[in-house]
Amino acid sequence: MVTILNILIAGLLLGGLYALIAVGLSLQYGVARVLNISHGEFIMLGALIAWTSYTVFGLNPLASIAIIGPLTFILGFIIHRTLFKRLLTTSGSPGVFESNSMLASFAIYFIIQNIASIIWGTETRGYSYLRVPLKVTGAVLGANRLVTLGFALAIGLTFYLFVTSTRTGKAIRAAAQDPATAGLMGVNIDRVLALCFGLGAAMAGIAGMLISMCYPVRTVMGLEYTIIAIIVVVLGGLGSIPGSFIGGFILGIIGSVVTHIDPGLSLVAYYLIFVLLLLVRPTGIMGR
Amino acid sequence: MNPARVDLRKAWIAVLGLVVVLLLAAVPYALPGYTVVLVYTILMYIILTVSWVIFSAPTGYISLAPAAFFGVGVYASAVLGMKLPLPVVICLGGLASFCLALLVGALTLRLTGIYFSIFTFGLVELIKHSVLWYELKFTGTRGRFLIPVGNNTIYYVMLAILVTLLVTAYLIRRSRYGLALQSIGEDEEAAAHTGVNVTLLKVITFAVSAVFMGAAGAIWAIRLTYIDPYIAFDPLNSFTPVLMAIFGGTGQLCGPILGATVFSYVREILITKFPYYYMLLMGIMLLAVILYLPNGLVGLIQQWQKRASEGQHVDT
Repeated sequence: MVTILNILIAGLLLGGLYALIAVGLSLQYGVARVLNISHGEFIMLGALIAWTSYTVFGLNPLASIAIIGPLTFILGFIIHRTLFKRLLTTSGSPGVFESNSMLASFAIYFIIQNIASIIWGTETRGYSYLRVPLKVTGAVLGANRLVTLGFALAIGLTFYLFVTSTRTGKAIRAAAQDPATAGLMGVNIDRVLALCFGLGAAMAGIAGMLISMCYPVRTVMGLEYTIIAIIVVVLGGLGSIPGSFIGGFILGIIGSVVTHIDPGLSLVAYYLIFVLLLLVRPTGIMGR
Repeated sequence: MNPARVDLRKAWIAVLGLVVVLLLAAVPYALPGYTVVLVYTILMYIILTVSWVIFSAPTGYISLAPAAFFGVGVYASAVLGMKLPLPVVICLGGLASFCLALLVGALTLRLTGIYFSIFTFGLVELIKHSVLWYELKFTGTRGRFLIPVGNNTIYYVMLAILVTLLVTAYLIRRSRYGLALQSIGEDEEAAAHTGVNVTLLKVITFAVSAVFMGAAGAIWAIRLTYIDPYIAFDPLNSFTPVLMAIFGGTGQLCGPILGATVFSYVREILITKFPYYYMLLMGIMLLAVILYLPNGLVGLIQQWQKRASEGQHVDT
């Protein structure tokens, strides 16, 4: 009984992280129409900046959000403003833009990863922060994991409220539905799309910081998380925030169950679910 | 344009092609070993790029599966290489990829646009991790060794695959199937309404393009002499052909050939001269191509030609 509880709780904790990563990607694809393969590189940047500020400057990882958040946001914003905006005007149709922007995001992935490996090298790194075991209703879990779940939920909820109840949020939703009409209604489309891309990058950066508290980090870690994010986004339904959270938790629990049976099979299970899902229901759980 | 002139042009292309093939066939006799390896590496990338173009350029479905088909060829060669003669191994490598592509195509070509790309990308990772898991669980080791053969043998096999591929690609392009494929890319529903069996055509073309990737993988495995799932199913093998095709321009058959040749040559130089900045430079090149060369090298050359001929008209 305790084992099952342990597996479930581990899955939920993992799922919170997955959800946060996926919300960022969902925002970038759902609104800005960029299937951002470099998403994981922003996670890697967040993780390695958190590692550096903790081990070199002794800064609390949770406090380094104040650096990582704005930094990744600005980076994402600038990338959209310069690169994807130009692609948007030169690509003839939305379909062409989708494939061009995906290829361009591969280029960004190469560039960021190479620069990061020049700065940080390719070793695996980690640090110990809040690694205290806590006992919750018979299951034992690390305090750091609990903190990450809390942060992931808080950020997700804040963002959900932002999108559903503010004026900018309304503009984002309008741009997601129909960019051309939203533009005619006075929404500054370029700014909204760049804002979404930047916010997605910032969420990835913060998720990277949270990941660095629980797992070892290195410069080549990005792509793995990008793929997990894509799977979760497809599972939950593109562009749906609640969908990303549901998808994240489902994948987290599946991952933790499969890891319990055979650790070598967890990635195989992820891809199998993904491939089956695309065949059976490509629009996902909360898809329109 | 009158018919005689068209025939003359066709004859010229055939003669030119034959001369190029003969020149390429003479390379191992005339040039040092390093150049032979360089040239067959370039030939390998041309094979991957052109076979990607056969399916993806006319239909507009961006396939990220080349690494899967290439990897299946690599593994077929590693498993069978010791037991069977080389030509059989190459053919079986192609056949294995063909079967995989038939299966994948039949299952997934209903997916549209970006979903198809994501799926094919996921497929590569699924196969890679499945093989990895299988090897660690059942054989207890990772990777396999192959018996090496001479560079010249690899070279001629590569050349033979390429020539077969180019003839196939040319024939498909010139036939009614090529036109039907083009119509799928322009408007799939309209193509179906005019009587094109859309699904069958897509699946068969997808599978035919996979044959050559598998065959190239089978011979490439022998050149590598040691392989493991990470080497065989390297996702870069999916992206490089796409990149090379766009770099060259996908409108005509000569575009991908030119793109793959120039790009793989530059790539070799970058890897040997700047191993630490290789990915950075590749990324910057990719961005530059997407932003400034939407029609590829061929588009650029055509633009120059047009400008030059306009200039002549002004003079006369």
